[in-house]
Amino acid sequence: MTTATPATVLPGEPQLPKKHFLNADYGVWSWLLTRDHKRIALLYLASVTLMFFLGGAYAVLIRLELITPPGDLVSSETYNKLFTLHGVVMVFFFLIPAIPAVLGNFLIPLMIGARDLAFPRINLLSWYLYVIGAAFTFWTIVRGGLDTGWTFYTPYSTVFSNTNVISAALGIFIAGFSSILTGLNFIVTIHKMRAPGLTWFRLPLFVWAHYATSLIQILGTPVVAVTILLVALERVFHFGFFDPNRGGDPILFQHLFWFYSHPAVYIMILPAMGVISELVTCFSRKRIFGYSFIAMSSLAIAVLGFLVWGHHMFVSGQSVYAGMVFSALSFLVAIPSAIKVFNWTATLFRGSVSYETPMLYALGFIGLFTIGGLTGLFLAALGLDIHVTDTYFVVAHFHYIMVGSTVMAYLGGLHFWWPKITGRLYPEWWARVSAVVIFVGFNLTFFPQFVLGYLGMPRRYHFYPEEFQVLNVMSSAGASILGVGYLIPMVYLAWSMRYGKIATPNPWPATGLEWRTSSPPPTENFRETPEIDVEVYDYTVPPKEPFLA
Amino acid sequence: MWSGFPLFPEQASSLASSVDGLYLFLVGVTAVFSLGIAGTILYFAVRYRRRHPDERPGEIHGSLLLELIWSIIPLCIVAVVFVWGATLFFSMNRAPDDAIEVHVVGKQWMWKLQHTTGQREINQLHVPVGRPVRLTLTSEDVIHSFFVPAFRIKKDAVPGRYNMTWFRATKTGTYHLFCAEYCGTEHSRMIGQIVVMEPDDYQTWLQGGPAPVSPVAAGQKLFTELNCVTCHRSDSQGRGPVLDGVAGSSVRLQSGDVVAADDAYLRESIVSPSAKIVEGYQPIMPTYQGQVSEEALFQLIAYIQTLKGPQATPAQPGGGQP
Repeated sequence: MTTATPATVLPGEPQLPKKHFLNADYGVWSWLLTRDHKRIALLYLASVTLMFFLGGAYAVLIRLELITPPGDLVSSETYNKLFTLHGVVMVFFFLIPAIPAVLGNFLIPLMIGARDLAFPRINLLSWYLYVIGAAFTFWTIVRGGLDTGWTFYTPYSTVFSNTNVISAALGIFIAGFSSILTGLNFIVTIHKMRAPGLTWFRLPLFVWAHYATSLIQILGTPVVAVTILLVALERVFHFGFFDPNRGGDPILFQHLFWFYSHPAVYIMILPAMGVISELVTCFSRKRIFGYSFIAMSSLAIAVLGFLVWGHHMFVSGQSVYAGMVFSALSFLVAIPSAIKVFNWTATLFRGSVSYETPMLYALGFIGLFTIGGLTGLFLAALGLDIHVTDTYFVVAHFHYIMVGSTVMAYLGGLHFWWPKITGRLYPEWWARVSAVVIFVGFNLTFFPQFVLGYLGMPRRYHFYPEEFQVLNVMSSAGASILGVGYLIPMVYLAWSMRYGKIATPNPWPATGLEWRTSSPPPTENFRETPEIDVEVYDYTVPPKEPFLA
Repeated sequence: MWSGFPLFPEQASSLASSVDGLYLFLVGVTAVFSLGIAGTILYFAVRYRRRHPDERPGEIHGSLLLELIWSIIPLCIVAVVFVWGATLFFSMNRAPDDAIEVHVVGKQWMWKLQHTTGQREINQLHVPVGRPVRLTLTSEDVIHSFFVPAFRIKKDAVPGRYNMTWFRATKTGTYHLFCAEYCGTEHSRMIGQIVVMEPDDYQTWLQGGPAPVSPVAAGQKLFTELNCVTCHRSDSQGRGPVLDGVAGSSVRLQSGDVVAADDAYLRESIVSPSAKIVEGYQPIMPTYQGQVSEEALFQLIAYIQTLKGPQATPAQPGGGQP
């Protein structure tokens, strides 16, 4: 990071601080052995970005293949590996860590006025576990891939697949511990390290959302880690956990898998909701509407999220009564989600709304999340789920939630805090263009898939009947726009790290402690321990002075 | 409908229009809420746009009344959708008594079907229009899923388990059958057709082809070939329980539990006999796991179901009975 030379700086122009976390130390080891949460966040940023484009490359190949009904681009074996690796890479190595490990890591200590997370070394260990998990995944790819689907359904994964199930399973098992340790770190940090005066109900909603997420990470991830390990054990030692020919039950796997993997969806979406709460309130320049309802709805989603896993199994032969209980509980999750959407909307009311890029992402998020959430009702409704489950309707639904919503929030947050992270502004015009391109491209890609699904096109189909071609072509065309939309920010964000305009400590301006230190912050975050004597999101007064020495 | 660009699959079963009804209701709910929210956001975004960089609007903390309203209204809507969906689900899981029985075995990567009259089919199922058809599904290897979009039905075929679904076709024609649960390399080729015929044509179809062996007859043959008959004698002198009248009855186990002798119980008693020991008997029966195919199991069970006991309620097998 270069500091602008004094000659080019006009009086009054913002300048980078002389010493900050990016230039505090130099060299590879200063990064690889860092215990600074901000540097670890940047290590995660680099890693998850790499995984996002790897997973995205698989998506490109999938959409290219599906332009024509016969599987003529790749073989069926390859196609099955493409969608499996797309899912594994995106879910376990991008969506689950993206917001918590990058933005959460960077911001939680800053937002609560702490010097670092409670366990800085464990934080670094989390990143190494993630990297080792990712290395196992690369090994899986190099050795010929994996074809079980990211869901690893038994007995296909334990007995019938001829691909690298064990290395992939170990990769997910190890990466799981990265997630558990991050959650643990966040919970202890939020409990023990808040600055004087920062009571629970003065915490930014971003912190509340991460608190709820961390609970899921700690309670849910061990279950999937062990389940995936059982798959590996059954494959190697032929234990009869899931294989009916050895006395196991293949449905047991689905129970165990979804007990985590449904809450995992909330690991992806809750932090996203936290980001949106910050963006909406800042760009409406107004206290968020219904603060405590938004905070509590995060916890409600985290708790209810553990009780709905059976809705993935309505056609598995699960008892009718179990199906009813899971259906009813799934509908209940809709309520706290709806509460959030309504409160964000109400925040705009009588606000002072401006449309910088992060706000465009936030508004886009609300639109896509609303559609993603409402289509969840279709899947929770027992008699209707029978028809649409395992079709493209489900694919469209979860992409609206996991990609439409989570990735929009991630990019919105990345833009919002970019000046804080790098000390420089991104180019606003390009950023607005790409936000719009992503929104349009996303809808063109995934909306046709709802129709495809209702028409009956099953998911994970390499060949498909000709009557589905028109909608598949529309989806692939949209995907090409979406792909461009994702590439543009890569370019200008990288460019802005060196050439972007220097940012002030609080460019938007926003409330929140992270805006009351320099951009980028010093290694120790604050020169003095901040004391908090104001309510959260108090936009009635001009922004407070930064705590700069 | 918009014929060149359909938004619905064909409606060809008694359930299809009810499923579509719920779907349309939810499409309506989705449209009202999404457009309502989008409209409100756009209105607020324009109406309350920032007009001056130093503008500071007043605070609004929230409103308990509004929170209650926008929690309770969605709660009522989802309650309606829940009951609607559950009612449909119940009717999907309860086959009419006069249904034609078809046994379905999924395997990588084909569907094998057998009618009670003995006809066997692969990747094709011929059924008469207007008659309910009950499918009992299982799998030889991995999990598959029997999906007929035009009928709005789907059910997993799970190895080691019997699942049931049913439909009543309302329109003659040929409809897609898909495997909807990912099952390996050729998953997307595990497709077939349901041919719905006029009852007369169906009768003609049943008459055609070589004289089929009914599952009951095939099961009886297997019962002898596999030497089941040496232990399961009908005169109460065998080493195993008498099977006459056992199907559909309640069986008391050594553990003291009483279980219903349904298809799944009979299947389990053949492939893992030691799982549930009938009261008064020793666990001496060897497992037939891997020695009897899923289709043969269906046939054996079909045969056992025809064995009627001498007395009216033969709930307790004889042998060691006091």
